[in-house]
Amino acid sequence: MSSLAVRKARPAAGTTPGTAQGPPLRRRVALLPTLTLLLGAVYCLLPVAWVVIAATKSGRELFSTFTFLPGTGFADNVSDLSAYRDGVYWQWMGNSALYAGLGALLSTVVSAFSGYALATYRFRGRETLFNVLLAGVLMPPVILAVPQYLLLAEADLTDSYLSVLLPQILSPYGVYLARIYAAAAVPADVVEAGRMDGASEWRIFTRIALPMMVPGMVTVFLFQFVAVWNNFLLPYIMLSDDEKFPITLGLHTLLEQGANTPALYTLVITGAFLAVLPLVALFLVVQRFWSLDLLSGAVKS
Amino acid sequence: MPYTKRRRLVTSAVAVALGATTLAACGSSDEDGDTQAGPVSLTYWTWTPGMDKVVDLWNKGPGKREQITVTVKKQASGDTLVTKILTAHKAGKAPDLVQAEYQALPTLVSNDALADISGEVGDAKGKFAEGVWQQTTLGTDAVYAVPQDIGPMMFYYREDLFKKYGLKVPNTWEEFAETARKLKKAAPDKDLTTFSANDSGLFAGLAQQAGAEWWTTEGEKWKVGIDDEATRKVADFWGGLVKEGAIDNQPMYTPAWNKALNTGRQIAWVSAVWAPGTLTTAAPDTEGKWAMAPLPQWSDSENRTGSWGGSSTGVTTDSKNKDAAAKFAAWLNTDADALNALAKEGGIYPASTSAQLSGAFTNPPEFFANQPDFYTKAAEIAKTTAPSAWGPNVNVAYTAFKDAFGTAAKTRSDFASALETMQKETVADLEKQGFEVAR
Repeated sequence: MSSLAVRKARPAAGTTPGTAQGPPLRRRVALLPTLTLLLGAVYCLLPVAWVVIAATKSGRELFSTFTFLPGTGFADNVSDLSAYRDGVYWQWMGNSALYAGLGALLSTVVSAFSGYALATYRFRGRETLFNVLLAGVLMPPVILAVPQYLLLAEADLTDSYLSVLLPQILSPYGVYLARIYAAAAVPADVVEAGRMDGASEWRIFTRIALPMMVPGMVTVFLFQFVAVWNNFLLPYIMLSDDEKFPITLGLHTLLEQGANTPALYTLVITGAFLAVLPLVALFLVVQRFWSLDLLSGAVKS
Repeated sequence: MPYTKRRRLVTSAVAVALGATTLAACGSSDEDGDTQAGPVSLTYWTWTPGMDKVVDLWNKGPGKREQITVTVKKQASGDTLVTKILTAHKAGKAPDLVQAEYQALPTLVSNDALADISGEVGDAKGKFAEGVWQQTTLGTDAVYAVPQDIGPMMFYYREDLFKKYGLKVPNTWEEFAETARKLKKAAPDKDLTTFSANDSGLFAGLAQQAGAEWWTTEGEKWKVGIDDEATRKVADFWGGLVKEGAIDNQPMYTPAWNKALNTGRQIAWVSAVWAPGTLTTAAPDTEGKWAMAPLPQWSDSENRTGSWGGSSTGVTTDSKNKDAAAKFAAWLNTDADALNALAKEGGIYPASTSAQLSGAFTNPPEFFANQPDFYTKAAEIAKTTAPSAWGPNVNVAYTAFKDAFGTAAKTRSDFASALETMQKETVADLEKQGFEVAR
């Protein structure tokens, strides 16, 4: 997307892309695509709006007032949620941040190493290795959760922070993306030039290649972060201690309390709303790294 | 795996036939449980809210004396928990104690996940109604769990609106249908209730009341009776009401359903003893306007109810301290203080008959302050619970119910063929799992 925008002439500061560009004759708005996209946007945003508004409703208002009429209970909901079992919600939030933050970071590092190696070095079995990785991309992680549990049980690691972190560090998709990106963003000439100048391979990687790979790695980090943050099955199978639960599992226990206890809807909805905020914030903060995109290269062809 | 399951059923069946006192193959606790030297610590998977506070009573009281400490690990309830327990069991890492719904017990037992604790908790039998206790023995001499809570089914109705429309509380299902039609005539925009294809447990309870036995054993084989006469009667009855439009066909436990209850668009609910809690959140504006009555009967001479919900405490075969775990399970579900705390903190309705009228149950639930004898009546109804017969793949039958009946209810079409589908899929799954099924 952004690479396309870059290839065009950049619009002058202050103008919005698409307004003053292109031949003046073709100014007609494409009605059908616009409508379709608008419909798509409504479809995606309506549930979000529902969560935001429902989070402001008190238990009494939740099902009795008009769906999109904001309620009066947001502050109460948040304090009830914080009071639930001595604030275990914030513990879940912290756990999620740890699993997703550290997990995505480690995963990005591993992906960068392996992606770069696969892209720049020629060695026997490289293509086989890459094909195996591709197969891994196609494999839904859900299938692996139970075998991973049995494996970690052998090592006595289940029900620990490590049991959730370890399986998520190696991400076939991350490695795949890193290789594709490294192949495109790090020209062989640059690596060659580094070698001519006598730099060690480690130095070439950290000082020359890595900075060029930053936008790609940011993407890998974001993908992994979101994947881990939203992951349910792996922690569900691995963890039994609810103080180690990530937010997804925690909210699930609030919802499924057995038949004789009503689900804590207001808490779950408020909890889900608050759990989305870090993701939104992360995207807003990290977004700017993407704009560097393909501009960051050292060799002009 | 199929081999063990089959053997297990064979062993149990033989044991019943011979009246044997112990089941050799059931990993009874005598083999490895007696060595209790020094302090013991146990883990307990449960979804009951406030269970940690109840367990504190144990850890500070009897548990301290016996040097048995229990740690609660709170879980989400549902079928997925059964899968989780079985996965952990495969790795030999299941917790010492688990909470399990009655219908999940055969699944856990046929996978060899639950230990026979008859030696340790056999004496507790007298504290429970026979139909309740029978669910934890699966008809054998073994005991696989201690009953914790039960969900005897009852009929809930809006007292004020019944009066307004001149309706009488139905004693039989025939009268129930009449009431539904009468209401439709008096107020076409209102429904007596709805048939929810989302709630397999409700349908199972209704069938149980009618005398259905969905899973039974015949020699070495399982027999599936989902499409039996009793269940067909229930399915036809509800299918007929849905078809003629006398009741609604929308699922329960949705925001729309909450709204219908809260605004009085649906004025009755076939539910269980825990309904007041649900109504408190689903229909907050109707406090004090409801009343509870026994479930309508299939004939005037009958007095039976089914159950919807309820769970038990089991000890796993992975536990290294089965004796200690069984001791705790017995205390939790029979001790007066423990049950009182369970009712107060967890909101459960106890399976133990002596607890059903004591402590927390001397006053009616807040939402039903207008019916002072709520719990006296509930205890009487609980005594009439029909026996239930669960099998090792209840989850499959339940999923089949949701699919088949969901479509049938939506299109207001024949329920009988939906029941056939449910029967067929359940039998097919049993066979796929390697059980022998009698035809």
